[in-house]
Amino acid sequence: MEEKVSDKGALVGPYVIESRELTKEFVQVNKERIKALDSVSISVSRGTVTGLIGPDGAGKTTLIRLTAGLFRPEAGSIRVLGIDAASEPQAVQSRVGYMPQKFGLYEDLSVQENLDLYADLHGLSREARAERYPALMQMTGLSRFTGRLAGRLSGGMKQKLGLACTLVSTPELLLLDEPTVGVDPLSRRELWEIVYHLAREQNLTVLLSTSYLDEAERCGMTILLFKGRVLESGVPSKISSIAAGRVFRVETPASLKPRQLQFRLVSGSAVVDASLEGERVRLTTSTDPARDDPLFQGLTPTPIAPRFEDGFMTLVRRASDHTVDTRFLSGGVANGAKHVSSDEVVVEVRNLYKRFGEFTAVKDASFEVRRGEIFGLLGPNGAGKSTTFRMLCGLLPPSEGTLGVAGVDLRRARASARQRIGYVAQKFSLYGQLSVSENLEFFARAYGLRGARQRERVDWAIEQFDLQAITGQTSGELPGGYKQRLAMACALMHEPEILFLDEPTSGVDPLARREFWQRISALADHGVTVIVTTHFMEEAEYCDRMVIMVDGEILAAGTPAGIRQRARVVEPKEPTIEDAFIAIVEDFRQSAA
Amino acid sequence: MSARRITALLRKEMLQIFRDPSSIAIAIVLPIFLILLFGYGLSLDPKDIPVALVVENPTPVSAGVGAAFGLSRYFRITTVTSMKKAEDLMREGRVDGIVRLGQNFDRRLLIGTAPIQVIVQGVDANRARIIEGYARGAIGQWMGQRNSAGADSSVGPVVVQSRIWFNADSDSRYFLVPGLVVLIMTITGALLTAMVMAREWERGTLEALFVTPVRAGEILIGKTVPYFLLGMAGLLLTASTGRFLFHVPLRGSLLVLTAVSALYLCVALGFGLLISSITRSQFVAGQIALIAAFLPAVFLSGFIFDLASVPKAVRLVSYLLPARYYVSLLQTLFLAGDIWSIIIPDCAVMLVMLLVLFGLTLRKTKKRL
Repeated sequence: MEEKVSDKGALVGPYVIESRELTKEFVQVNKERIKALDSVSISVSRGTVTGLIGPDGAGKTTLIRLTAGLFRPEAGSIRVLGIDAASEPQAVQSRVGYMPQKFGLYEDLSVQENLDLYADLHGLSREARAERYPALMQMTGLSRFTGRLAGRLSGGMKQKLGLACTLVSTPELLLLDEPTVGVDPLSRRELWEIVYHLAREQNLTVLLSTSYLDEAERCGMTILLFKGRVLESGVPSKISSIAAGRVFRVETPASLKPRQLQFRLVSGSAVVDASLEGERVRLTTSTDPARDDPLFQGLTPTPIAPRFEDGFMTLVRRASDHTVDTRFLSGGVANGAKHVSSDEVVVEVRNLYKRFGEFTAVKDASFEVRRGEIFGLLGPNGAGKSTTFRMLCGLLPPSEGTLGVAGVDLRRARASARQRIGYVAQKFSLYGQLSVSENLEFFARAYGLRGARQRERVDWAIEQFDLQAITGQTSGELPGGYKQRLAMACALMHEPEILFLDEPTSGVDPLARREFWQRISALADHGVTVIVTTHFMEEAEYCDRMVIMVDGEILAAGTPAGIRQRARVVEPKEPTIEDAFIAIVEDFRQSAA
Repeated sequence: MSARRITALLRKEMLQIFRDPSSIAIAIVLPIFLILLFGYGLSLDPKDIPVALVVENPTPVSAGVGAAFGLSRYFRITTVTSMKKAEDLMREGRVDGIVRLGQNFDRRLLIGTAPIQVIVQGVDANRARIIEGYARGAIGQWMGQRNSAGADSSVGPVVVQSRIWFNADSDSRYFLVPGLVVLIMTITGALLTAMVMAREWERGTLEALFVTPVRAGEILIGKTVPYFLLGMAGLLLTASTGRFLFHVPLRGSLLVLTAVSALYLCVALGFGLLISSITRSQFVAGQIALIAAFLPAVFLSGFIFDLASVPKAVRLVSYLLPARYYVSLLQTLFLAGDIWSIIIPDCAVMLVMLLVLFGLTLRKTKKRL
């Protein structure tokens, strides 16, 4: 029963994917049925790169899996390459390339063995391999690593290998589910180049999902999904034009930090979104504002061209009742609030090393963090961010170097330093089976708070993090954004001077991410020092200062403006932290080679 | 079905087995560990049991009884002169039994009503029964010697001549080794297979595999064959150690042993695959396999506890366990021989189980998430 090489002429109609009123339901633990997709009708034409854009839980993965014939829909139809994917999944599966969100390759097999497995499964002949392998290797840059175990590759290389495996059979349709999540900017750029090369040279149709809004602009077509429904679809410029005339650039007055201005603007009632763009704030409004709008008091807004992001945020705001909670966090945020002084060094790291056997995870790291700063540790996965972080929190002893946190030498007095820090781990590490209020009470007691003081702090947390509506709910079943808030509330229970946040925004959708940074900003204004790791480069704009780590080394340190200067971009494009990051890494790799 | 795809999957699985230390640990290291533990460390045969011999007035006759106990390799004798002292030793846990020769034992022996009291510590009822049996044996031996010496032929007109069949030495290794084969086959078949399948779900590798021309049946074959071979290697390892290191006889034929073992291994594999089609988490799959396959194979298969003496309800449950039939087959093959009246019905039941399990698994396994 060998599969015949598919006949590309057999396709009926102009669309490679065509869904009509497609509905997929899932049964939750509490027996409730939720609609992951709600009568979704899309069409994808041959040779296009189509992006499925939407926040977490929008139904992107479900739609891609339905396209791959991995789910049976409750209602509606989906035809892929002219085949009904619901009734003939195998026929579809033999002809498409699919890369699931989780790295779907065998980590204990080498690069070559993974490729061979997929070539065998697709029935690729020896001659076809001789022709295909060099092309794939050249495209992905994996030729030097064919003997390496897939598990030992970096995040970006894993994704490239995944791509190579799905391309081994020259599929007619490529399905990529969040291919760039957790991948450093450099690899992300390379992945996009591969995808475009394929679409252009081989007329391959690509359907990919992403929650990076800047990637949507690189797609030929976009489909906006939100809560299982299609909000809008079309070329990216169509989405951008939705916000036309309502996007402004606002110069920061000397009296404010950029993020303080951003914070002020985002609280305006007609504001859809306000984000940092270098030293300025980019503002999107929901209605055409008058020049004398009180929002702009004392400011000089310049109208600018809308981007995809602006149109997306406008649509999402319209579709949801989601409003950003803009109340300032106040009252007893931290001991530090009483003596805000930006020159006081609260974290001091000198010549820090961490070795695991032969492997050096952190090499000669030195930096200092001052009180009330938002300090960022940036870098791709495996750069040594988390290791540095764990040493700062006293969870891991350093191999060499000095480490002072809140004036305490961590090598000697870890326990007393811990009293003064709060830590939010990357994974949700609260008790999933406890309710929200039970978790808060537990953490209050764990930090030694009793009686009236405990009640006071729990009430404060519920109030400040807007948890009233969900106090009785089971923590483990909350949406990502709420979990994030609860975890932060628990970490702030004992009024720490320093708050450590490890990848706080991974797995949190763009809306919740905005809100999160507002809270962080407010905390810093009240004197709490915040140290945060992230691989979202655009979030680095919110930091006062940052270091960029690659392969265990600090390659750059400074303010966002200082870092941005290292970017190599062609005018008039505004340099971003991401451009700077790519330039810094390229310089580093060149000097190493 | 495509031979090429199956070969590719088999090669992949083999590479994974050889590179993953946990598979090798479960399939090869664990059996070796169990063999040595059961063979050398763990024995159900009591030896050198401390016993107090109460002799209130020593005579040559009582010395003869004492010698009969003392020479037995099962006993270690402490002679005391009063029951009180013996009871104290028992309470302190220093002896596990008391053998008491009554007053005037000599004289009453002559009229044929001499009582010997045997008291056994009964915390572990099984052990107590074995000690009691050995005590009877020792007394019987003493009486036999007296008779053959012609001391008094009027005593003991009836002599019990007991013989133990199939395991003449009452060596517990004779039934522990066949039992061990069951455990090892269950671990490789059910536990390991359920876990490696769940691992593919967990790591998302199955999802990527699904969107290729590969068929569900091919994935199942790719999973069963390597673990079948691994299980048979475990059988070879255990059976040959049992035969050559512990001298457990194999009275049936090697061919029949291999055939029934292959059958049981397939049943266990089917069970493992069924578990992994129910749960996609390695941890849960491991727990289910332990509770539903491994523990019953230890406790309800007749391996440790004789099924003839358990309550009826438990015995009825045991009929549902494939391990029960395999234990019965192994004990027959190792210790009795090719007894077809046992082999055929047991194999028939396992064959039915095999068909049901694979039928269910095939129905459950679809290339869908």
